[in-house]
Amino acid sequence: MIQLKINNVAIKAEEGMSVLDAAKSVGIHIPTLCHLKDLTPTGACRICVVEVEGQRNLVPSCAYPVFKGMSVETNSARVRRARKTIVELLVENHPQDCLVCVRNKNCELQDLSDKYSVREHRYVGEKKDHAIDISSASIERDPAKCILCGRCVRVCHEVQKVGAIDFTKRGFLSTVTTPYNKGINISDCILCGQCILVCPTAALREKSSMKEVAAALNDKRKFTVVQIAPAVRATLGEEYNMPPGTEVTGKLITGLRRLGFNKVFDTNFSADLTIMEEATELIHRINNNGKLPMFTSCCPGWVKYAEHNKPEILEHISTCKSPHEMEGAVLKTYYAKKMEIDPKDIFVVSIMPCTVKKYESSRSELKEESYADVDAVLTTRELTRFFKLAGIEFNDLPEDNFDDPLGESTGAAAIFGTSGGVMEAALRTAYYKLTGKELETLELEPVRGDKNIKEISIKISDMELNFAVVNGIGNIKPIIDDIQNGTSKYHFIEVMTCPGGCVNGGGQPIHQKNDKIQKRMKALYQIDSNMTYRRSHENESVKILYEEFFTEPNSYCAHEILHTKYFDRKIKRKTQI
Amino acid sequence: MNSFIEKCCNECWHTVEKPCELFIKCCTEGAQCHNNDSCKEKIKTYNKELKFEIHDLPVIFVGKGTCGLAAGAQKVEDAVNEELKRLNLKAIIEPTGCIGFCAREVIVDIKLPGKDRISYCEVTPKIVPKLIQKTLVEKEIYKEKLLGTFGEPSEEVPSIHNEPFFKHQLKIVLENCGVINPTSIDSYISNKGFRALIKVFSALRSEDVIREILESGLRGRGGAGFPTGKKWELAFNQKAEQKYLICNADEGDPGAFMDRSVLESDPFRVVEGMLIAAYAIGASKAYIYCRAEYPLAISRLQNTIDQCKKYGLLGNNILNSGFSLEIKIKKGAGAFVCGEETALIASIEGKRGMPKPRPPFPAISGLWGKPTVINNVETLANISSIILNGSKKFASIGTASSKGTKVFALSGNIKNAGLIEVPMGIKLEDVVFNIGGGIPNNKKFKAVQIGGPSGGCLPYSVMSTQVDYESLKNAGAMMGSGGFVVMDEETCMVDVAKFFLTFIQNESCGKCVPCREGTKRMLEIIERIPHSYKRTANKLDQLQRFKGIIHLKRLADVIRDTSLCGLGQSAPNPVLSGLRYFKEEYEEHLYERKCSSGVCKELLTFSIDNRVCTGCGVCLKKCSSGAIVGEKGQAHYIVEEKCIKCGMCVESCRFEAINVN
Amino acid sequence: MNIKNGYFEKKMHEHIFKNYEAKDKSSLIPLLQDIQSIYGYLPEAALQDISDFVDMPLSRIYGVATFYNQFRLTPLGENIIRVCRGTACHVKNSSNILFAIETALNIKAGETTRDKKFTIEIVNCIGACSIAPVVTVNEDYYGRISVKDIPNILKKYSKVSKKDNLPQPEVNLA
Repeated sequence: MIQLKINNVAIKAEEGMSVLDAAKSVGIHIPTLCHLKDLTPTGACRICVVEVEGQRNLVPSCAYPVFKGMSVETNSARVRRARKTIVELLVENHPQDCLVCVRNKNCELQDLSDKYSVREHRYVGEKKDHAIDISSASIERDPAKCILCGRCVRVCHEVQKVGAIDFTKRGFLSTVTTPYNKGINISDCILCGQCILVCPTAALREKSSMKEVAAALNDKRKFTVVQIAPAVRATLGEEYNMPPGTEVTGKLITGLRRLGFNKVFDTNFSADLTIMEEATELIHRINNNGKLPMFTSCCPGWVKYAEHNKPEILEHISTCKSPHEMEGAVLKTYYAKKMEIDPKDIFVVSIMPCTVKKYESSRSELKEESYADVDAVLTTRELTRFFKLAGIEFNDLPEDNFDDPLGESTGAAAIFGTSGGVMEAALRTAYYKLTGKELETLELEPVRGDKNIKEISIKISDMELNFAVVNGIGNIKPIIDDIQNGTSKYHFIEVMTCPGGCVNGGGQPIHQKNDKIQKRMKALYQIDSNMTYRRSHENESVKILYEEFFTEPNSYCAHEILHTKYFDRKIKRKTQI
Repeated sequence: MNSFIEKCCNECWHTVEKPCELFIKCCTEGAQCHNNDSCKEKIKTYNKELKFEIHDLPVIFVGKGTCGLAAGAQKVEDAVNEELKRLNLKAIIEPTGCIGFCAREVIVDIKLPGKDRISYCEVTPKIVPKLIQKTLVEKEIYKEKLLGTFGEPSEEVPSIHNEPFFKHQLKIVLENCGVINPTSIDSYISNKGFRALIKVFSALRSEDVIREILESGLRGRGGAGFPTGKKWELAFNQKAEQKYLICNADEGDPGAFMDRSVLESDPFRVVEGMLIAAYAIGASKAYIYCRAEYPLAISRLQNTIDQCKKYGLLGNNILNSGFSLEIKIKKGAGAFVCGEETALIASIEGKRGMPKPRPPFPAISGLWGKPTVINNVETLANISSIILNGSKKFASIGTASSKGTKVFALSGNIKNAGLIEVPMGIKLEDVVFNIGGGIPNNKKFKAVQIGGPSGGCLPYSVMSTQVDYESLKNAGAMMGSGGFVVMDEETCMVDVAKFFLTFIQNESCGKCVPCREGTKRMLEIIERIPHSYKRTANKLDQLQRFKGIIHLKRLADVIRDTSLCGLGQSAPNPVLSGLRYFKEEYEEHLYERKCSSGVCKELLTFSIDNRVCTGCGVCLKKCSSGAIVGEKGQAHYIVEEKCIKCGMCVESCRFEAINVN
Repeated sequence: MNIKNGYFEKKMHEHIFKNYEAKDKSSLIPLLQDIQSIYGYLPEAALQDISDFVDMPLSRIYGVATFYNQFRLTPLGENIIRVCRGTACHVKNSSNILFAIETALNIKAGETTRDKKFTIEIVNCIGACSIAPVVTVNEDYYGRISVKDIPNILKKYSKVSKKDNLPQPEVNLA
């Protein structure tokens, strides 16, 4: 520990700490823009500048290490003037259309402008002029609103290791964009939306489906059905000032009913269904020398990543549709038949923590001739806006329960929303199916938590089976390399694109703090441990579904409706020069 | 003997694989390990031949630096060859680098056997026959283009060192430039080359070398002036398996060409400096980061490295010292900001050349995270003479805080444009008026711009300022890398500020906000100053113009205070120094809407004097905006609303009928 | 050079790659320089090949290619006119020279004429300050020029077509 002074107060800090963190540890707030926790500081935005005694210029506190006996001023007139000017410069090269902006009142630039009392246009001049990229089904890019903090670039390259966007050109002409400034739909982007979560402005945002959903709700001929992903119930509360990790399932159901949906179902139901199918597929592969290791397929971002980058390993991915697609498929076949509704008239809306799901629902193999499994996907953030639009005060809503039969679920389904959850749920059922016995402890601690790669080995009769959980797509490369080299020891691997799983999905409330994710995960595990039934094969409605419709997991009928296929989407080399 | 690597006899055993520490000594003093007079004689003779102390044929030296070539050196050489062939004469044609007197290029020196080397300037292919006739055939002096002799002066032939351009100079770095053949390692060795290196290898430890450099007071010549020895010491103290040395030859300052000249004219000196520096810090890998715009410098460097490798002066176990060094050339791809150390490192690593916050400093964590020392070309070119002649001698030149000499690239509105090396502490007026010869065409001196885009313009009133890091900074300019652009009365200071801001704006990497956005706004404020009333005659525009001026200083201060790297931090300098010394000129533009230098075209009005105009129609054809009307043979008119004030009509009119006010 | 499937180009790129180590990020800029020296610009297919070779995302390579002045992403004209806009040249009115060339060719700096004869480029400083103002056309220097010299210089290059005697890159297709 070393001694230093911040704003004339003597404090202690650890060596190597940045001035920013040292200040934070004693409750002194320094504004930041380009700073991202756990990633190397770039010192680009200069909003966090402070005065350090003996230094000629102001220094960026995010990148400046503390040293013994230093004296720091974080709020002098000189510092304030510098910060204000920087905000003024950023504002001046921004469309300033806050009133019609999707991030109105949730924008870091707006906050800073307010904080530093920017009240006039001091430096008027040319503004950058860029078209909005609406080419993708999931993500919209609006470079005119970009303040070039580079957080999206760093997340895309350093965390997700996808590298779909980067800085291009330089100086005043710099932009964050795709190669050759082409539409994001034909880039290597997997649409995970992690960039949206870190974007301080609305330069990156989801492509909204609110219009389609509103139209369906207004259409009297449509039978509107909504389903809620496991992770949404643990995060939506944050948008209403509830502490992170508050579970809001009951209020959420009421809210959706009040929006006018005919039925409110639970994606957790089909999560159980997914486990039945996936576990059966895994056992089948193990027993019949199938392609191993098998990957989970619940995460469409991961599937898209494989299709773009490693089409050779597509055969390793389970053919199961993702849970919400399964739910849609079941709704438009089994449920439609049962309720005697034309599947074309059923409009299925998924409330998802995810931006890729929007793209997934538009994939042609997930559509029948006249209808799609899922008609529209709304992110958690869009749902909040929808509630606002409908005048629904979320905090005042009474609680309600899901409709039957696609509303019943077990604890195993609830934890689908965290990294390691699918693995845990699958193992609970697979163990039972292979041995006829139940696992002694249901909480598989090795696959919980925020490690990048989590491993567990389970002995089943005389077989030692190895499992891995990839927490974030940025960690996938060595795993795939091992498979391609023939050195992989695993049998089954869960992959979640977003670090932490769906609780940290690209459609979730905009957040900055890491500890939120831990609390959200905890909430899901809490739901699980509160349940009477905690294994997917104990779900009564699923059992009935098999009895009445599919006969058994992986049956011909189940394959037709609940499974899908994947395509090589590697960007083809241009052949013409 | 044709080259030093040729063995004098079988007893000499130096090879690249089995190096001999006495090799260089052998080359200059004769064989060391065995006593054989014929060997000694052989080497002695070869040395004399290399220095052209003995030769049978006349030697014709042609200055073939980039500026010489641009002025037509190759054509001159071709003409010389042709003329020799025609006259059936034989001569040795020896390429040299640039002696620095670029204004008088092409420079050709002629040395007849047993006579002194005599220099001629402004040689063109046209006068080559006359030159050859007079000198080689008649063995006389060609007086018309005589510059001077390298030897003893006579009444007829003055000494070249007496020429005002050279008289006030003190050449350490440029010692060999334009004198020796830059493509021959033998030529360098026979001119005291690699002596410093063997002194280091034989007697000095790393610490000793660093102490020597520290005591010499040498400061980085790239701009900031950080003590070189301190930088080395910092890197030396790092414990690391791999360290790097980088020679920064990314000379991006518009108006500066010192590094290019040194690399083209004396590349071996730079490599020797690098060897010593790498030895001192313990680096085994080095890079030369050179602008791709300098193809000649790059090819000469490559040639230098190849020859050094052949002689065992680069590679493993150099001269049996146990020290190894590998040098690679990296071609810059055109980004001014890559002159900044961290940006340069990013560029070598294959990234966008964007600076990183410091600390950590490159000397602690640089290329690939390893300790890295980055020195400028001129800094490294100083090393060998410091080691060879001692730090005391070096420290005796210059002022208290700035030691040694500084190379400047003299250009702009000055008679003797070229490359000069002056002792620190010389006064600016001496440089401009004595060495530079003053302003051509009887125009008045207005300002000198020192330090490149980050420097400042100094007026006549501060011409007695000394050339040293601190004095220049206090005067509002900076040492920079050595650009020295002289401006006469027809230069508009508002326009100059605009020019530099445009440059910086174009070269800003765009990473940090103050530089990316701030310099753009500053440029816009400056651009609004000469905006003409007529075209944008709305009140808002005028309001904006004054508002911008009011906030200009504040913006400049914040940019200087908060930018990430030196480029941004010094970006406001051209404007600030302009406001400091040339405030009246800004005010004239603002309040009187006038540019008395006649540069800011928007403030000018063009009209045709109908008494003089013959109606020839040339200007009408030239006018790109269709602002000139008139029948052939009748006086023409300029439609003011359409005129974009490009001035093309003035340039094209043969009758001086167009008035500019 | 439009051979179907880009077979020829791919072979040529592999020929260049031989001089470099795969996955070595520091070879990116030299690779781009080599590619540009063949085509005169950076074709998209070449960038994709480089991306595979150095194992970097295409976005990063595009970012690097757009950062440096040297690289261009569109083909150049036959003759490249470089107007020096360094300080010394500026003081000697190079802006007028640039304007005159721009009006004579009816394009702006950075553009290529429609007949692909000329491209105008601005360079920061070619280091020939002592003979300012300087313009280079291809490899030829023109120093101390004035606006009046422009038509003659341009005329010199608009006649000959360089295409016919362009050296074809030697590639071993085996």
